[in-house]
Amino acid sequence: MDIVDTFFNLAVLRDSLPLLLMGLGTTLGLGLTSIALGLLGGLAIALARLYGPRPLTWLAVAYIDLFRAIPILVLLIITYYALPFVGIRLSPFAAATTALSMVSASYAAEIFRAGIQAVPRGQFEASQALGFRSWWMMIDIILPQAVRIVIPPLTSNCINVMKDTALASVVAMPDLLKQATQAQALAANPTPLIGAAAIYILLLLPLVRAVGTLENHLAKGRR
Amino acid sequence: MKPILDIRGVSKFYGSFQALDRIDLTVAEGEVVVVVGPSGSGKSTLIRCVNLLERYDTGDIHVDGIRVETGRNLAAVRSEVGMVFQNFNLFPHMTVLRNVALPPMRLRGLSREAAEARARHLLDRVGIGAQADKHPAQLSGGQQQRVAIARALAMEPKVLLFDEPTSALDPEMVGEVLDVVQSLARTGVTMIVVTHEMGFARRVADRVIFMEAGRILEEATPDAFFTAPREERTRAFLHSVLNH
Ligand SMILES: Nc1ncnc2c1ncn2[C@@H]1O[C@H](COP(=O)(O)OP(=O)(O)OP(=O)(O)O)[C@@H](O)[C@H]1O
Ligand SMILES: [Mg+2]
Repeated sequence: MDIVDTFFNLAVLRDSLPLLLMGLGTTLGLGLTSIALGLLGGLAIALARLYGPRPLTWLAVAYIDLFRAIPILVLLIITYYALPFVGIRLSPFAAATTALSMVSASYAAEIFRAGIQAVPRGQFEASQALGFRSWWMMIDIILPQAVRIVIPPLTSNCINVMKDTALASVVAMPDLLKQATQAQALAANPTPLIGAAAIYILLLLPLVRAVGTLENHLAKGRR
Repeated sequence: MKPILDIRGVSKFYGSFQALDRIDLTVAEGEVVVVVGPSGSGKSTLIRCVNLLERYDTGDIHVDGIRVETGRNLAAVRSEVGMVFQNFNLFPHMTVLRNVALPPMRLRGLSREAAEARARHLLDRVGIGAQADKHPAQLSGGQQQRVAIARALAMEPKVLLFDEPTSALDPEMVGEVLDVVQSLARTGVTMIVVTHEMGFARRVADRVIFMEAGRILEEATPDAFFTAPREERTRAFLHSVLNH
């Protein structure tokens, strides 16, 4: 009975639920914004990396390597606690979005690049032979195929961004985890933490499952 | 007749290997030129230089008076030169109709209605009208290649290039594709066709060109080419392909 009262205390859970749901709202806002920015940035970086003039490809490579090497937590603390020293003061939301989407963009860039390179050369040649300029060739012909190829890794990356939003609680972002720790302190009971964990899992498990199914599906299609 | 395609002194190197050796070729409007020759003789390289899918190192290529070169004009020149590939290269994520309608919409400024009307008309002409709403993967190889021909025609090109359009097909589908190409030839489309189908060459060509080692070794009317080839190499080639 003690364990139930301590970790699965329904009364505590009920009281903390409004707080947790507010936190969920923040987490979703942060996660979805970072995912969108990360995808757009990643696509731009991938195109620069593949087709940009020489200096731009170097910059893209440097960016991709750098932001895949830096721990998100370190980047987050730099954007929030270090940038003010040079006069750049970001809100917790802006700091967290910046850190998350910069890292997400570096991974997305590599994923998009792999997808574009997996589109058969004949597709490029057919588009060019018809007279498509590079811009329309990318939009109409290449990217729709490339994105389809990389939907599983792209979704995995989105899941990672969603999970990494929890790091934002260290910059006083009232996200799901932060609200849960606050509710825990208030109630002197860890049930809200368990509740938060359950919400993260409910949110992400379907996506994780979908990636698995898609990967199996694609693997079968290729055979 | 007015030359629509003019190739002058074109050479092409892959590193130190010379794939094309000072090619001269002039094609008149409405002419059908069939290019034959052993594997590796440079047939694909030659026609791929015409729309600059391969760069040439020396010489000049003009299509309807416009030089084929990298730069602002390239896309415009390319849209005047249609190409049909050995492996069809249809766009797999679009319906057959959209494969044919999209290029003139994007590149010729046709409205969607006009482009789709043109596409349906062309698909009917190559005998695929009933499959317009399917995706390419749902069609047979022969059907896919006919769609690819319709797609090239939708741009109303001045020159059509074919690179072994039947080589990837099962034997029973070769005929249906060659029939379409032959019917185009009769309507006066200018064509350069690389093929190993000698019967087709003899029936359809105005002129046959024999390539070897990056050069045009012999050039003749189909009758002369198949009955009285001048060059020993041509005779050997014909002997090997006609008796295998
Ligand atoms: N990208 C490349 N790099 C190096 N060599 C190449 C390249 N493409 C073609 N070649 C060489 O150039 C020569 C001409 O090739 P090409 O494809 O034009 O021949 P082909 O006459 O079309 O032959 P096939 O009948 O087999 O299609 C060949 O010897 C080939 O190996
Ligand atoms: Mg070839």
